Formats: sequence, C-alpha cells, structure tokens
Amino acid sequence: MLQVARWRIILVAVVTVLGLAFAFPNFLPQSARDNLPGFLPRQGINLGLDLQGGSQLLLEIDRAAMQRQQLDNVADQMAAVLRDAEPAIRYTGRGVVDDAARVRLVDPTQMEAARRLLRPLSLSSTGGAEILTFTEGEDGLIEARITPTHMRELSRQAAQQSIEVIRRRIDPTGTSEVTIVRQGDERIVVQAPGVSDPEMLKDRIGQTALMTFHMVREMSPEEAAAGRLPPGTMLVQPYPGGRGSGPEVVERRARFTGERLVRANPSTDGQTGEFVLSFQLDSQGTTLFCRITREFTGQRFAILLDNQVLTAPTINEPICGGTGQISGGFTAQTANELAVMLRAGALPVPLTVIDERTVDASLGQDAINSGTTASIIAGVVTFVFMVLAYGLFGVFACIALVVNFVLLIGAMSAVGAALTLPGIAGLILTIAMAVDANVIIYERMREEAQAGRSPALSIDAGFARAMITIIDANLTTILAALILFQFGAGPVRGFAWTLSIGVITSVFSAVLVTQLLIAWWFRIARPKQMPI
Amino acid sequence: MASFWPLIRLLPKKTNFTYVKFAGFAAVLSILAVAASIVSMFTGGFRANPIEIYQQAEGAPLARVGAILEHGFNLGIDFRGGTSILIEAPGPIDQEALRALGRTAQDGDVEVQGTTCRPVNGPPYCAILNFETAPDQSATVEEIRAGLGGVAQGARIANVDSVSAKVSEELFSGGLIALGLAILLMLVYIWFRFEWQFGLGGVLALFHDVILTLGMFSIFRLEFTLTIIAALLTIVGYSMNDTVVVFDRIRENLRKYKKMPLGELIDLSLNETLSRTIITGCTALFALIGLYFIGGEALSGFALAMIFGIVIGTYSSLYVAAPAILIWGVKRGREGGEARGAPQTAG
Repeated sequence: MLQVARWRIILVAVVTVLGLAFAFPNFLPQSARDNLPGFLPRQGINLGLDLQGGSQLLLEIDRAAMQRQQLDNVADQMAAVLRDAEPAIRYTGRGVVDDAARVRLVDPTQMEAARRLLRPLSLSSTGGAEILTFTEGEDGLIEARITPTHMRELSRQAAQQSIEVIRRRIDPTGTSEVTIVRQGDERIVVQAPGVSDPEMLKDRIGQTALMTFHMVREMSPEEAAAGRLPPGTMLVQPYPGGRGSGPEVVERRARFTGERLVRANPSTDGQTGEFVLSFQLDSQGTTLFCRITREFTGQRFAILLDNQVLTAPTINEPICGGTGQISGGFTAQTANELAVMLRAGALPVPLTVIDERTVDASLGQDAINSGTTASIIAGVVTFVFMVLAYGLFGVFACIALVVNFVLLIGAMSAVGAALTLPGIAGLILTIAMAVDANVIIYERMREEAQAGRSPALSIDAGFARAMITIIDANLTTILAALILFQFGAGPVRGFAWTLSIGVITSVFSAVLVTQLLIAWWFRIARPKQMPI
Repeated sequence: MASFWPLIRLLPKKTNFTYVKFAGFAAVLSILAVAASIVSMFTGGFRANPIEIYQQAEGAPLARVGAILEHGFNLGIDFRGGTSILIEAPGPIDQEALRALGRTAQDGDVEVQGTTCRPVNGPPYCAILNFETAPDQSATVEEIRAGLGGVAQGARIANVDSVSAKVSEELFSGGLIALGLAILLMLVYIWFRFEWQFGLGGVLALFHDVILTLGMFSIFRLEFTLTIIAALLTIVGYSMNDTVVVFDRIRENLRKYKKMPLGELIDLSLNETLSRTIITGCTALFALIGLYFIGGEALSGFALAMIFGIVIGTYSSLYVAAPAILIWGVKRGREGGEARGAPQTAG
C-alpha cells in the first residue's frame, strides 16, 4: 500500500532541483549573478518590453512600391527579349500600368513569335514555378502580372534582406539587445529594450538610403518648373538639411549606384575644414567611375540619396583612384549617420511604421512591483485557506505550491519566454488555480474516508479517481492557452506562455509532489484515521 | 490525533441542494441577462441607436454592422487605431491646456482623459491624450513634449502607443477568431471525452459566460483592450475547467446509479463537487481581488473581467451546463455490455 515507484521519486527530485537551479538566479542581484560558476544558468526571466521599458516598432514592407519596382524590371526584361530577338520584334509603349507591365507590338501578327520568346520569363530560374502570367490584349498588347505566390515570396525575401540591413544600421550604435524579427510575410518587429525615444530608431530604419549618381541637365529651375522636362529626365529636390544646391534636373537613369561602395567614412576636408563623406569603390566600380568621369569631364553630376540631391559638383578631371569625397554641408553627426547608412546598404524596398509603442522604464518597474505584491498576497491567501481547510494535507498542498512556483519561474527562465504584464496576471491566476488539483484529490479522499474506507485505501483511491478529472480539466485550459499563443500578439502571447507552463507545472507538483509527501508522512505516522 | 481539522468547513459534510428545481428560474434569468448584454453590445451600453449608426456608416452592409459593434464597446487604442500618450506630472494637470496643446499639435479629434494613476509608487497626477489618427506620430509627440511645460510643472511623457488602423483591425478580428476557435475546440474535446449532450451543455455555458462578460464591458463602458481578450480566453478556460469537473462526476454517477432519474443524479453530482467548486473559486477570487486593488491600473481591467468571469463561470457550471443535459437527455447503461436503456428525459 501507498508505494511510490522509485522512478517517480527520482523524477520529482531531479525536476525540483533543476527548477531551483534555473529559478534562483532571478532572486540574486546582477553582480552576484555575474559571478556564478559557469555550469549554473545566469540569465533570469526575460522581461517583456512592457515591463522593462523600451520601444517597439512594427514595420511593413511597402508592397505597392515593391510591386512597381518589380514590374519595372519585368517591363525592361520584356523589352530586352523582344529587342534582342533574331529578327528583332518591334514594340512601343513599354511601361507599367496598375498591376501590370506592358509592351505593345508594332505588328500584331508577330504575337505568336513574341509569346514563344517571352514564355521563359514567366518561370522562375530556380524552381520552375510560375512567377508571371501573360495576357494578350487587342492590337498586340502584352501584359505581364506577377502571380500572388511569387509576390508573397518576394515580400518574404525583401523582409529578410531588410532585417539584415536594419541590423547593420543599428548595431554600430551600441544599442544593446535590439531584436529584429520577421512577422508574417511582410512585416518586421524591432524591439529595443531601454530605448525610451524611438526617434533614433525610426530615423535609422525609415530611410531607404539608396545612393545614386545621375548626370545633370543644365536648365534653370524656373524653366524646369514651367516648361516640360526633356524626356528621360526628372526634377529632384535637395536633401533636407543639405547645403547649397537647389532643385536639379537630372537624367532619370542612374549612371552609378551605392552598391559599388565598399567603404564610407566621415572625415573633414583638408582645405575647407567642413565635414565630408569619403568613400572607396570596389574594383568594378572604380573602372566604371573612371570611365564615366572621363566621358563627362567638365559637366556636373548629382549625387542623390533616396532621390534627393545631396550635392551636384562639376567633374574637374577623371577620377580613377577609386576613392572620392561627397560634400553636402554635413555636420559631424550627419556625416557619421550617413556613413553608417551607406555601409549598411540600401533597403530593398521602403518600409513604413504601422505600430509604435514606447513604455517608460519606470512604468515597467512599477508594474513589476505591484505585480510582485499581488503575487505575494495571492500566495499567502491561498496558503492560509488551504491550511485552514485541510490541516496537514493543506501544508502539503502549500509545499507543492511553492515547488510549483519555483518550477514555473525556472521553466520560464530556461525557455527564455518573456514575462509580460498580462503574464504576471497569468502567474497570479496560476498560483490560485494550482491548488485546484489538490482540492480535487483531497475532496475525493474525504469522500472515500466518509464511505468508511481505511486511510490507506482512501488516499490511494483519492489519487486514482481524481486523476481523470484533473487531466480533463487541465487539458481544456491548455487548449485555450494554445489558441492564445497562435492568435495573440505581444503581451497576450506572453500570457499564453505563462498559462501553459503554469498548468503543466501545477499538475506535476499537485499530483507527484503531494503524493510523495503523503506517502512519506503515511509511512512515519501510520494513521488509523484520515486527518481530513 | 488530528481530528480537529479542518478548522473551517465551508459546508456541512453532506449537502442536498436542489439545483435542477431552480433550473427553469435560472434559465429565465440567464436568458434575460444574455439578451440585455446583446442589446447593449448593439446600442453601446444603451446609449446609441444602432439604426442611426448603421445609416451613418459607410461601405458594405457587413462593415456597417461592424461599425455598430465598434460603438458597442469602449475600444482601446489596440482595436481603434490612433495614438495614445500617457502623461505623468508631480502636480495637477491642466486638462484644458492639454487639450489645446493636442489641438495645435494635430488636426482631427483629440480627447483628454483624466485618469487615476497607478496607486503604488507612481507620481500623483496622470492624464491620457488620445488622437483618432496618427499620420505623423513622431512630429506630434515631439510637439507635445515641447509644450508640456505649459500643462503642468515637471510633466513628462511616460508611455506612447500608436497603432495604425490596419493593425487594429487585424488585432480585433484575430481576437474574435481566437475566441471562436477556443470555444469550438472545447466543444470537440468534450464531445470526444463525454457525449455530445455534454459538449453542447458546456458550450452553451461558455457562450453564456463570454456574452455576459462582454455585456458587462459594454454596459459599463469599460475600456476593451487586447488584454481583455486574453482575460476572456482565460475565463473560457476556467469555466470549462469547472464544468468538466462537474461533468466527470455526472459521468461517474451515471455508471454508478443506473436507475436514478437524471435530474436527481445531476443534483447529487453537483452537491458532491460543490466543496471543490467553492474552494477553488474562492482562492482564485481572493487572488484576483488582490490583483484588482494592488495590481495597478494596467492590470485592473484584466482582474475585473476575470472576477466577473469566475463568478459567472461557476454559476453557469451549476445552472447552465449541467441542467442543459436534461434538455437532450443522455444515453445510459452501455458500460459492462448491458442492453441500452431508453433515453431518459426529465425536468
């Protein structure tokens, strides 16, 4: 009677010790924590942003801009295929309208040949999946649309690349522990604990930072504003905070892009003493830059950042050394910022901030304090209640409750699950609910004892019969927690974590730990009568 | 030796409450409460005319119905979209000046709420500034920050939440889907573990609990946030937990007392589990009441929803879920290969 299998004893002991090991660093100050021996876990519970204070940004890929960019490429490719064909197929009206790239064949009877030539474009180079669908209109019009599947894939890739770029942009600032993760196909979450002013983050992230070099078409701004622009040119505005140069009319086509930059550093100009940005080009870029500057010596070219003019100097002589300087009326800080941006590279697509939250650190600390107080009160009330209701067995339940709490803290530290504000609420609720299994077991024992069974039989039967109920009851709670986890965002997810870990640890401690305690007590006390 | 335990006994050793007898009365009460809750959700706590809202709303009929429901609750920034700025100050905050500051910072609707500060440690005065939309949040926040000196000495911005309409819509629908799915999963689970009559009874109780809790938030215009959705799902979990314990006992007794009329059997099962129901309910309630008073403003909404939910959830296990089984009756007597007894209906 009342035998507890050895594996159960070992299981309880091992789990409890592990729980203690993972939980106790939470109760040490940071300095003591750093000095722990290596085999002990050092990190405590990972606090959610709402408890730690900090900023969170939710960014979304500008899908429309990305689609347009892609369709532009597709239109170029279509034109190139037709132009390079033998014999060439003549077309007009290359362009992008709404969600389609289009060309119009001059001779509609060549449609069949064009279709055959364009066909390979519609399949992806790697997997052979369909990435474009072609439709043919009247008068030799051919339209290409990107398939939704491919669009999603592109979004995902763009988001992934953006994460890399954002990380390179933020890392040099020394902002600690910024997490950047993709959410869904086209969103990125940036969390910066401890940053109470998200402006710096937004400035860093918000810019595409695409640097391009364009040739300037000399014409007065008035002329440009009044008259129509020459074909293939555009009017660009000066970079905000930049110096000197007004709006410029430049060639639409970029002669050169920032991708060729291998280094960008802030420095000061030897002659004027103003802050400049010096850069170095890769070998291919050096050759290209040399050729361009030779061809256009004496003319002006404009350096654009995100389609705004940084500066538009005159090319005095061919630049073939692969290095150069950009002066744009920078301060030390703006020159540095720009250098970081250029080193990190351009975002593949523009990003927009769709959700922004900032929590003051003191607000978080207050929440932790009041949460702790509430937890302690919940614990004490439960203790008193259980002891009053069940006496010695109530004490066992309280011990199980403490084990449960330790395991819960330990598990959360081990998994690295973030504790959030609703998570604290979940914790308190778990404390209150943890005794439920004990109550179910004890009530059963009482019933059995009242039915006239011996204490040993009552205890055995109590555990056995309560198990089914406990499992049924707790599985339903786990189901709710899983759903919360699937659909919840941020803090709610944290709550789901706490709740599900809490359910598991509370069943473990209520059933196994209590059983162990009662078995030991039974062996020592040999009671003739049930004490409850 | 330890015969003086327990020190407290909430109930006599054996109780003989008759629940089923009052089931009819409870049903009327529940139906009235549910009806009132639903009406409140459509009329914004009996304050608005849903027909007017429908006519003023734009878009497809479904979106217009959505507009009615949005009016039904005092939706927080998570679900409404916009920007919410929490301001703390050591001295009184001039709400008029704050509103004026908000107006200069941004066009469109500006709303100022005086609010009770967190009782522990917090500075004594707080106010919340809400903007309907946030086209350029950074500039707006900067302007507010710059102008705070004129509102109260030493005032500062403690918290900024800015949610775009797109995200808020997703959060809202995501929350509703989660709620619906949770209820569906419970139905399936109970169906498999018990019988379909139990599943329906349990789900009826769940709907009852969720609708009444939503109704309370609607009637008293309490702020409805993402956390409240979490609370609702926890209520679903708790209520189901409670119901399952009762159901387990009914199932057991169905096997034990094959001849007992169903109504009596339900009463017996409820009495047998009553002690557990009360003890677990009380510990949870005490903890939550503590949370409500000490947990600070951020957790009070959650605690309130849970307190209400636990009371209602306990009531519904006793008076909705179990008696509901009576409506359809249960098949009995399959255990041990006996012949199938005639379905019993009582009540």
